[in-house]
Amino acid sequence: MFPDPLNFPGGTAPMDLSYGPEYEAFREEVRRFLSTHGPSAPRTMRLRAPETIAWQQRLIEHGYAARTIPKEYGGYGAEPDILKSRIIAEEFARAGVSAGLGGQGISMLVPTLLELGTPAQREQFIRPTIEGRMIWCQGYSEPGAGSDLASLRTRAELDGDHWVVNGQKIWTSTAREADWIFCLVRTEPDAPKHKGISFLLFEMNTPGIEVRPLVDMTGHANFNETFFTDVRVPRTQIVGERGQGWQVANSILGNERDSLGNPNATLARLHALMALMREERIDGRPVSDDPVLVDRLMRLQGQIMAMGHNDLRVLSAKLGSADDARLARMIIKLEGTELRHALEGLAIDVMGELGLAYEDHPLLRDGGSWQSQYMYFLGLIIGGGTSQIQKNIISERGLGMPKEPKYPAGV
Amino acid sequence: MEFGLSQEQRFLRDSVQRYLSEQMPLDRVRAFADGTDSTVARAGWHGLAELGISALLLPEAAGGLGLKALDAAVVAQTFGEHVTPGPFLGTGAVAAHVLGATLPQDDPLLAELAAGKLIVGAALSETSGAREDAQITYQATGDGGVLSGRALHVLHPKAHQFIVASRAGALHLVAADAPGLTLTQTTTIDRTRPTCELRFAETPARSLSDDPALLASTLDLARVMIAADTVGAAYAMLQQAVAYAQEREQFNRPIASFQAVKHMCAEMAAALEPCQAMVWYAAHALDALPEEAHLTALHTKAHVSEVGTRVAKTATEVHGGMGFTDLLGLHYWFKRIGFNRQTLGTPDLLRRQAARAQGLLASGA
Repeated sequence: MFPDPLNFPGGTAPMDLSYGPEYEAFREEVRRFLSTHGPSAPRTMRLRAPETIAWQQRLIEHGYAARTIPKEYGGYGAEPDILKSRIIAEEFARAGVSAGLGGQGISMLVPTLLELGTPAQREQFIRPTIEGRMIWCQGYSEPGAGSDLASLRTRAELDGDHWVVNGQKIWTSTAREADWIFCLVRTEPDAPKHKGISFLLFEMNTPGIEVRPLVDMTGHANFNETFFTDVRVPRTQIVGERGQGWQVANSILGNERDSLGNPNATLARLHALMALMREERIDGRPVSDDPVLVDRLMRLQGQIMAMGHNDLRVLSAKLGSADDARLARMIIKLEGTELRHALEGLAIDVMGELGLAYEDHPLLRDGGSWQSQYMYFLGLIIGGGTSQIQKNIISERGLGMPKEPKYPAGV
Repeated sequence: MEFGLSQEQRFLRDSVQRYLSEQMPLDRVRAFADGTDSTVARAGWHGLAELGISALLLPEAAGGLGLKALDAAVVAQTFGEHVTPGPFLGTGAVAAHVLGATLPQDDPLLAELAAGKLIVGAALSETSGAREDAQITYQATGDGGVLSGRALHVLHPKAHQFIVASRAGALHLVAADAPGLTLTQTTTIDRTRPTCELRFAETPARSLSDDPALLASTLDLARVMIAADTVGAAYAMLQQAVAYAQEREQFNRPIASFQAVKHMCAEMAAALEPCQAMVWYAAHALDALPEEAHLTALHTKAHVSEVGTRVAKTATEVHGGMGFTDLLGLHYWFKRIGFNRQTLGTPDLLRRQAARAQGLLASGA
């Protein structure tokens, strides 16, 4: 029997949605920064561009990027504070100003190194990564290892002081731009599949690496295929012990799943869709007067509201409420990505045949963002743990249902 | 920042749940539904009154507990979870809200209401899409006023008094034995919650309010309570589905190990979990966020009803043929959710209102 959702412990304080005076003062401070410095922020954060690195540096100095990274590694060195981080995200989004660089190096590798890296690795990698001078890509998925990631077959064998890596990765975003890769490889071929993996770091200009752009349904190469042939990696460039790569990778995977269903971004898209419906006309009448399309909009608004409230509950749980909101967290990736995909799809129906327009079509609306996001979010429904894998997680870890019996190996 | 239930609200929920588990188990509900014991609902309400439920939303000056919509939502959710018959919606929520705001605080009716002795029915359905051309009109006379017309789907046929909404958006109080009032009990799909039709022929009525804002806040409150009830009923169905799937074996394994069944349960949980937060937020908005309260209440009842309907269907399917039987009793929750969906505004009607409240459908479509 799963933990009774009607009987989780309640909090100790009554409902209170305000952040309190200390935090409202902090919000004012962020707003002052944005009104002073916001106009000088670059419009797009092109990787490695001098203005990108300068803006990132200014954000770190004020504690708006790399906020909780220790000072000794080039961060701002603040204590983790979920509400302050949230206020920063809210205010930068409201002002339409870049809140700094993201990417898998900053969001995934840096937290991993802080938790499991050696002092030398932290010294070498964290500062240039958070400053935007060192770009990373992630080598996890393989053509034969998607949902069943632990079955990955890219192998690394010790040869003197080097690992020799052979195999292939797929879905390596930023592989063309990256200086380094963090990569899961099989180092113990005789161990059970989860215990034979190691977490290696190596430079992308090492001989034997070939990157091929992978054009996806949006028409762009958002991802790549990356091939390794006798790539020699110094044996010290491993995070954690040999065979512990699976645990190293999983120490931060949950962060990625949370971020894929961002309710603030979805709410901004809902408002854009409402604006579109007021502007678009069918036979001279605004779509915002069409009862069928408006009903579809209202359905989505109700769902988006519910997800926003769910997000408040999760925030409260992260702040230490007695309600741990376990199930409420587990469903975010599944519900958030499906909802966003449906919202982008409604905008395309709102446009009717104009919804077919793409790229340089003269009647293209909103830069084609509805069409490309509709496709991109189908990618996100699949990536980062497919909706079906999410449902396995919810039913097994959330509801306590048994795993599917294993198919015998080798059949 | 705190989003969720306080310790006091948890105690309130636990005490109501304990009472319902001990005093109102499914066989008592069944006895009420099949007519073998018509006292169950009344007896249950008296027991709940001892826990303070009948006084919950009444102001302290009127002998009530002066608690808030969020406290009431916590209670409503436990009623849905236990498919509890009784007059909470009309009496504990609507009457406490309306009479507490309109009668003098020393009116003896309020003391009786707080004590659980006064049962009040609610005739509000014509505000949410009148059918059969039913409508109520009020006419002032020398010594008060009279109601004429017809009200359908009235809650709590055994009530002593009824709160009646007129076509003009005013609220009135009518005694069940008032002259010119004819009451006909009507059977609904949910036999734990009978309704009635009221016919008024120049029936004397006490005028409570002609402020449309009071009617609007009453409907908002009632709709959030109904949504909370649905969330409780839907969680109960999900829990039963998961438990049944773990017991039931086919093809030499528990059906809970089949991915098809697991995914049905995961989909129910994923849709339902945000509804819990939504009901809490909507109730809190009634208490503390007046600008958001109305739109949130409309969306909450609409969305929770849609999710509830899906959970009711899917949880029944997980039970296979057993889910379709009377023996298992799962259908009481199915019908509870169905009743809640139809009453005081279907999802379609509420979404249309939500659209209009935001300036959409401006041409009157």
